[in-house]
Amino acid sequence: MRTLRFLLQKEFRQIFRDPSIIRIIFMMPSIQLLILPWAADYEVKNIQLSVVDHDHSQYSRQLVNKVTASGYFRLQDYSGSYTNALQQVEHDKSDLVLEIPANFEKKLISENESTLFMAINAINGVKANLGGAYLQTIIQDYNREVRLKWVQLPRFSPELQVEVTSSNWFNPSMNYKYFMVPGILVVLVTMVGSFLASLNIVREKEIGTIEQINVTPVKKYHFILGKLIPFWILGLLILTIGLTIARVAYGIMPLGSFGVIYTFAAVYLLAVLGLGLLLSTYTSNQQQAMLLSFFLMMVFILLSGLYTSIDSMPAWAKVITKFNPVTYFIDVMRMVVLKGSGLKDIGTHIFTLLGFAAVLNTWAVINYKKRS
Amino acid sequence: MSTNNIAIHAESLTKRFGDFTAVDAISFEVKKGEIFGFLGANGAGKTTAMRMLCGLSIPTSGTASVAGFDVYKQTEQIKRNIGYMSQKFSLYEDLTVRENIRFYAGIYGKTDAFIKEKTAFLLQELHLEAEANKLVRSLPLGWKQKLAFSVAIFHEPEIVFLDEPTGGVDPVTRREFWNMIYKAAESGITIFVTTHYMDEAEYCTRVSIMVDGRIDALDTPMQLKKTFGVSSMDEVFLKLARQAKRSGD
Repeated sequence: MRTLRFLLQKEFRQIFRDPSIIRIIFMMPSIQLLILPWAADYEVKNIQLSVVDHDHSQYSRQLVNKVTASGYFRLQDYSGSYTNALQQVEHDKSDLVLEIPANFEKKLISENESTLFMAINAINGVKANLGGAYLQTIIQDYNREVRLKWVQLPRFSPELQVEVTSSNWFNPSMNYKYFMVPGILVVLVTMVGSFLASLNIVREKEIGTIEQINVTPVKKYHFILGKLIPFWILGLLILTIGLTIARVAYGIMPLGSFGVIYTFAAVYLLAVLGLGLLLSTYTSNQQQAMLLSFFLMMVFILLSGLYTSIDSMPAWAKVITKFNPVTYFIDVMRMVVLKGSGLKDIGTHIFTLLGFAAVLNTWAVINYKKRS
Repeated sequence: MSTNNIAIHAESLTKRFGDFTAVDAISFEVKKGEIFGFLGANGAGKTTAMRMLCGLSIPTSGTASVAGFDVYKQTEQIKRNIGYMSQKFSLYEDLTVRENIRFYAGIYGKTDAFIKEKTAFLLQELHLEAEANKLVRSLPLGWKQKLAFSVAIFHEPEIVFLDEPTGGVDPVTRREFWNMIYKAAESGITIFVTTHYMDEAEYCTRVSIMVDGRIDALDTPMQLKKTFGVSSMDEVFLKLARQAKRSGD
């Protein structure tokens, strides 16, 4: 116990004496949480639109007005030639081309139907998909307005129409920040828990002090606990800073209890610290540890459901997400923050993470022993 | 320990890495209070042998005891009774002089009273009172090495292992360093030291010279010079080291 006290004292002194660690602990969460949620947004705005109007009628102008008034589109250019518009797409100035054929108005009035043509720049897949969908919705809306004006509505519509209305549960205003902020916070906690810890241990290897510790009566578990406890505390500290920023800057107040979040985070940190320890046993200098960390972090973020839905991933990728601790924490954060889930609801998550913690730490300790 | 005044006893101690024999069946004894010089060219196997004696590395075969404890089964007891100063500088640069002393003394289980009293004494002896609360990083190399040695014997071990303690240190500081070693030896601590400086070898009670993993010579510096018919340890070393087939690292 006394040995551990000396180790912890030393560790905390070193951590709080290192300006780069202080920066990471306080600046990183602040900056990431204050900037990223504004940029990392799923909504597509500022779609550059080229309109090719062969009709130049009142109706075509009304349509264009309606599209631009939606706020999602910016009229990049308005011309009479399709080739011209396509050139805009080629130069990446336009994302979408809407072609209004000649006699659009005439046909609409006389034949009750008319065709529009849409060309989409699919280099940016997300933008193209959503942009196309938005435009279609707006045109449909426009279509309905025209009908209302022109067609004498019979008592019962001759065509059957199914209309869908939706309400967004748990995040009624579809505020993406509610969705992103908890996720980014999870990534931060993960980085501190696993990578800062592994870098710290590898640093001792690099300097040679670990060898000095190995010839003292300090037991392996003392040394490991002496490393894990400080970073466990740091992880929870970052979580606290992050939740405060979420509250102050974005007004995000978890529907569920903080107790549930902290309980899960405490277990989660055991797992990622185990991972950090494991990384440190496989690397011999800080560069190696850094590169390995970068690689893992990319995989963790992209296969965690933070940016893209896990449900839409291919089966093999889904399997990987099951082995990614970040997936579980993001899930829990969203459940607790948005849905108000309690301990019971996240029970399986907690047990899964306990399993992760047991496996990773055991593996790390076995591997650590071999080395010395 | 039943008999005696033997601090280290090694019998056919061997370490193999794959099919490379780093240490090849070395046998020797170090008496208590001796300053035992452990010489050899780079790659001769000195550090590997030392690591086995310190309980950092498990021998492939042979037996050895350090401070009366077995290197296979009693590494924990060995660690409690030895001090070690490695080739690499082993203090924490981002801790102060005082914090380093306190940390290492603490993990050897020394009491606060003991630490406090001895720290004051040590700082005075090293003339480091003014630097006590400065980061070790800011000290000159010579001071660091002297401090590292003092920290290695702070917990009053039976034996202290020094792995090239004076590498890169100026001659004046080297002399001061050896004065400290003598003082420690007088207080009863057995010194086991590796070095590349042959003038330092002359200071040792007895000297062993390793070539290609084996101990080729072991005696007092005086006797070694006589045996090889030369006037300095330098020549003794050259005569032996030239036979080496292994290249240095």
